[in-house]
Amino acid sequence: MTVYANPGTPGAKVTFKPRYENWINGGWVKPVKGQYFEDISPVNGKPFAEVARGTAEDIELALDAAHRAAPAWGKTTATERAAVLNKIADVIDANKELLAVAETWDNGKPIREPLNADLPLASDHFRYFAAAIRSQDGDHAELDNDTVSYQFHEPLGVVGQIIPWNFPILMAVWKLAPALAAGNAIVMKPAEQTPVSIMVLIELIGDILPPGVLNIVNGFGLEAGKPLASSPRIRKIAFTGETTTGRLILQYASANIIPATVELGGKSANIFFSDVAQEQDSFYDKAQEGFVLFAFNQGEVCTAPSRALLQKPIYESFLGSAIERTRKAIQGNPLDTDTQVGAQASNDQLEKILSYIDIGKQEGARLALGGERVDLGGDLSGGYYVQPTIFEGNNKMRIFQEEIFGPVLAVTSFSDYEDAISIANDNLYGLGAGVWSRNGNVAYRAGRDIHAGRVWVNNYHHYPAGAAFGGYKSSGIGRENNKLALGHYQQTKNLLVSYSEKPLGFF
Amino acid sequence: MSPAAPSTTTVIASVTVPGETTPRVEFTPAAVDTLRELWAEFGPLMFHQSGGCCDGSSPMCFPAGEFITSDRDVLLGRLDIAPAGETAQTVDFWMSAEQFEYWSHTFLTVDLVPGRGSGFSLEAPRGVRFLIRSRLMESFG
Repeated sequence: MTVYANPGTPGAKVTFKPRYENWINGGWVKPVKGQYFEDISPVNGKPFAEVARGTAEDIELALDAAHRAAPAWGKTTATERAAVLNKIADVIDANKELLAVAETWDNGKPIREPLNADLPLASDHFRYFAAAIRSQDGDHAELDNDTVSYQFHEPLGVVGQIIPWNFPILMAVWKLAPALAAGNAIVMKPAEQTPVSIMVLIELIGDILPPGVLNIVNGFGLEAGKPLASSPRIRKIAFTGETTTGRLILQYASANIIPATVELGGKSANIFFSDVAQEQDSFYDKAQEGFVLFAFNQGEVCTAPSRALLQKPIYESFLGSAIERTRKAIQGNPLDTDTQVGAQASNDQLEKILSYIDIGKQEGARLALGGERVDLGGDLSGGYYVQPTIFEGNNKMRIFQEEIFGPVLAVTSFSDYEDAISIANDNLYGLGAGVWSRNGNVAYRAGRDIHAGRVWVNNYHHYPAGAAFGGYKSSGIGRENNKLALGHYQQTKNLLVSYSEKPLGFF
Repeated sequence: MSPAAPSTTTVIASVTVPGETTPRVEFTPAAVDTLRELWAEFGPLMFHQSGGCCDGSSPMCFPAGEFITSDRDVLLGRLDIAPAGETAQTVDFWMSAEQFEYWSHTFLTVDLVPGRGSGFSLEAPRGVRFLIRSRLMESFG
């Protein structure tokens, strides 16, 4: 067990600057209007740094820098860009603990997660796209004996990216790595709930990239996000967040006729077929853990397995042991490596979760575990902690239909295969799902029949860089991870070449 | 969240869903106070109820017309936030039709809590967030 020191105290891995400016053209730039906002740590509910409150004027400065940098960056070789990405990965690895403490302080997540997941995945993501861009070939077709069609990948130019607060560094990296690999210059706006950890990363990697290739402007959605998303000076916008803002982003993109990729969340079903409980063995243990993963990152995951579907014969027994397992989850100081459940990322998130627990009770769902805010006492008393919560109910209830983005699980039963698939698909969203069965045929068929972009079979919450991630239905448009993501940051140039000496003969 | 001015009261929506007779939405006094400030700064306002990830399930407040609604959205109600006796200031509250299918049995109260940002909603830079509290329609008079 290790308890990391609070940032800025003796022995701390990181000391935050009192104030973070915007990162534009390879340097720290004060916001044009001179305004700042306080970043609050969800660990204790207290402000810990000031952050630039960027506006349209700052977005323009960042776009100026990006437009200056884009032509030369877009002409670098894939080898050169891959080397840059690999250097960034090395720096992340070398500063893992520092970044992990910063991430936990900004977001509230238990530090074992950034140490073992967020940051190793982030560095691996850069390495994956370094490899992907080097191994990406163009295409050609010999259309007839004298005519050859060549297809080249070209960068889009300057792109905008707006990222969420649940994995502030990793979600930034999911968008940065493919965009940089493909040769684009970027203006990024982090979430206003978690604006600092990405700036700590920039302090470490900023000088690896040529000035202007990556620009980061902090601020509020209305004041900085909207001017970026609606700017005619970007050639693509990428967004992760909720549906109303997603639709606005798509609306702004349509006005500028640019592509947009949006990842808008989900309400993922985690399906457990009866044969899971055939033996009380290691696989059963794994399935039980797969159930409890709803509490991973306090449920603040777009693909949180927040609907558990248990087949009737095992409903009571499987749920009973899973509730006991969840009850044992250690909630405490997020900087303690033994802590399994940390703080929700913001006060309004906490309030929203409590409002959903309230409607769950009103709708008649049975509260099987948790359901309360937690006061951890001492310095942590002002933090935003919620007990892991389990409800039993039916799929028509709002707690089964809406992404609560908290450690709240809705459990129901199903009779047979058709019933399971029907319940799983009775939802607006289609981002993730889980299927657990010892029968490979059942697991395969269920995986194919569920309308979701990612179905975990006999595992959950793995995010390897090579596996495509994205939504069906209202969960959005586009794919992240995997080399497919490169396509969202590239133009296709077709050169249609004639090697014939003969005129066409039309005129 | 500052306490509501004594003169502010809860505002209940007019009925706008065809065939219905019961309101579906209300604004708390704290929400009304902030909406009046936003109206003074940005002009006429609208709400669209969000779903999905991160700040999903939050009501998003925009300048009227900023968010383009379509036949696939439902107007849940129209709320006049103007003080009694003054020119009407009506705010439309919208939700996507597919989301309404799952929400239609609940009455929505738009409240205000301290908070930090959410999408492009107008109130976020003030350090407050609109928040939905729900109750079952059956229990509503």
